[in-house]
Amino acid sequence: MNVLDFARAFFSDGAHWHGYDGIPTRFTEHLTFSVEALLIAAAIGLPVGLLTGHYGRGGNVLALIATAGRALPSFGLLVLMFIWSGFGTLPVMIPLVVLAVPPILVTTYEAIRSVDPSPVDAARGMGMPETRVLFQVEVPVALPLVLSGLRTAAIQIVSTATIAAYVSLGGLGRYIIDGLYQKNYDKVVGGATLVAGLALATLVVFWALSRLTVSPGVRRSG
Amino acid sequence: MIRIDSVTKRYPDGTVAVDRLSLEIPDRAITVLVGPSGCGKTTTLRMINRMVEPSEGSILLDGTDIRQQPVNTLRRSMGYVIQNAGLFQHRTILDNIATVPRLLGTPKKEARARAAELMERVGLDSALAKRYPYQLSGGQQQRVGVARALAADPPVLLMDEPFSAVDPVVRKGLQDELLRIQDELGKTIVFVTHDIDEAIKLGTMVAVLRTGGRLAQFAPPADLLSAPADAFVEDFLGADRGIRRLSFFPSADLELQTAPIVGVDADADKLAARADAPYLLVTDLDGRPLGWGEPDRLTAGSVEREHLLDFGRPFVPGDDSLRTALDGAVLSPTGWAVAVDGDGRAVGVVSQQVIGEAIRAAHRRVARNTEVNAAR
Ligand SMILES: Nc1ncnc2c1ncn2[C@@H]1O[C@H](COP(=O)(O)OP(=O)(O)OP(=O)(O)O)[C@@H](O)[C@H]1O
Ligand SMILES: [Mg+2]
Repeated sequence: MNVLDFARAFFSDGAHWHGYDGIPTRFTEHLTFSVEALLIAAAIGLPVGLLTGHYGRGGNVLALIATAGRALPSFGLLVLMFIWSGFGTLPVMIPLVVLAVPPILVTTYEAIRSVDPSPVDAARGMGMPETRVLFQVEVPVALPLVLSGLRTAAIQIVSTATIAAYVSLGGLGRYIIDGLYQKNYDKVVGGATLVAGLALATLVVFWALSRLTVSPGVRRSG
Repeated sequence: MIRIDSVTKRYPDGTVAVDRLSLEIPDRAITVLVGPSGCGKTTTLRMINRMVEPSEGSILLDGTDIRQQPVNTLRRSMGYVIQNAGLFQHRTILDNIATVPRLLGTPKKEARARAAELMERVGLDSALAKRYPYQLSGGQQQRVGVARALAADPPVLLMDEPFSAVDPVVRKGLQDELLRIQDELGKTIVFVTHDIDEAIKLGTMVAVLRTGGRLAQFAPPADLLSAPADAFVEDFLGADRGIRRLSFFPSADLELQTAPIVGVDADADKLAARADAPYLLVTDLDGRPLGWGEPDRLTAGSVEREHLLDFGRPFVPGDDSLRTALDGAVLSPTGWAVAVDGDGRAVGVVSQQVIGEAIRAAHRRVARNTEVNAAR
């Protein structure tokens, strides 16, 4: 049997389409964790990245955070959080957020820093208040990069959220872990396919988002 | 009037960029700050809109210290144009120009209508309105920069090397356009450049700064050329200061000769009557110059154009300066300059000798005026 056969077997089994272990349930669980984790990470990473980028301070601290964030093993953190706080959403959320903040924070900082200084100077020189300089001059130009930071974070969250299953939380990871445990490879391949599909869908969503929000003047010149 | 009163700028690292500078910038005129790189021109300009705060001294706008009003209010009353235009790449040309009116609370529609008006004023095709900056040439972008600075109709315009990033031909176009706009609008313009020719062309008053941010001379361009304050200014003005000064002498008083002008259809009698002249200027039937010919080599009735010598660059008496007239005479193989009217028809010719006399007369006039002024 090859991978395609496993996948076909998994998706054609009617039992996988309903109930608490059905694809819709697991999918929704996975999506919910992921979106929540991304929102929390963005709520931390974006404002800090925008402000440090705008004022040009704290670059060294950010680089440190980024390295530390990348070095932290999400799985280890998950187990640690699990031992520390038991079952629940918290031990899953914390590693996901910790994983997602550095790319958002660092990319946003870099994005704002790399905005051409002359329009910013012109904007100040014509009497634009600082908040407007940030949101009406810097952010629109930095947007493609900021979005790419969010996208990286989102993809990492979606793929890492599979480990939530280890602490008995749902999500698509359940299929992989249960499947491995039960030596049910239909399930493993099916779960992995679904995770990959969700990651691809994330890419599409971000592509659409950038088409909608990035000005043609920036898209074409950058 | 903007008065810079004994202003010093010391940057945190100890660099003294401007040193006890005092300047009275006249209203409704172009004042140019010129000097070598790093002499503090940009710093001086940016102190006027408080992008840089002076360490000592003060700047007065119509008698009140510029620190008396909120900084953004001050800046919105001064147009600001920078070297690479600094356009907002995510906004269309129209919205770039509408920026300051929008900041001041003008409704979008009105601000855009105003922006469209300004595009015309600075010579931009209205078809460009919906484009983005990357779709424009450097020269066009610079025009947008000027239009954006003018959009809220500020009384003051601050320009930092606005034309230095474009090629010489485009730059000349932009300079002429600025002079034309200034004729119509009469703004108080402070213009920074490191190009002395640009300073002389545009400035009503020119402030020459030396390295270390000290004022070397503040004078109208003609005075600068005729009486540089010291060796530094003289050196900065360059080698052909005498020639450049001729730009300020009008050519209207030149005595023109019409006798050496003949039409292509001139008959034998006409040519014979002028046989003693070394060269004759041959014109077409409309009176436009074709070239110079030696009288004995011209055929009566129809002159062969290929025998004619190039007549160089003609000048328009009254419009052009003695510099253009002299240039025409020097370029001409005969040593004579051709004067034409606005339509390009020859109205006379003039020799290098006559132009030379006119130059000496102009110098005497300037010297007399200087004495009279000094006596007063
Ligand atoms: N922010 C700053 N911090 C420290 N020194 C500065 C700063 N800005 C300018 N300087 C220094 O002050 C001096 C004057 O600079 P300024 O930019 O005013 O010169 P400029 O005449 O405009 O030169 P250029 O023709 O090259 O534009 C220079 O020596 C420059 O290095
Ligand atoms: Mg400068």
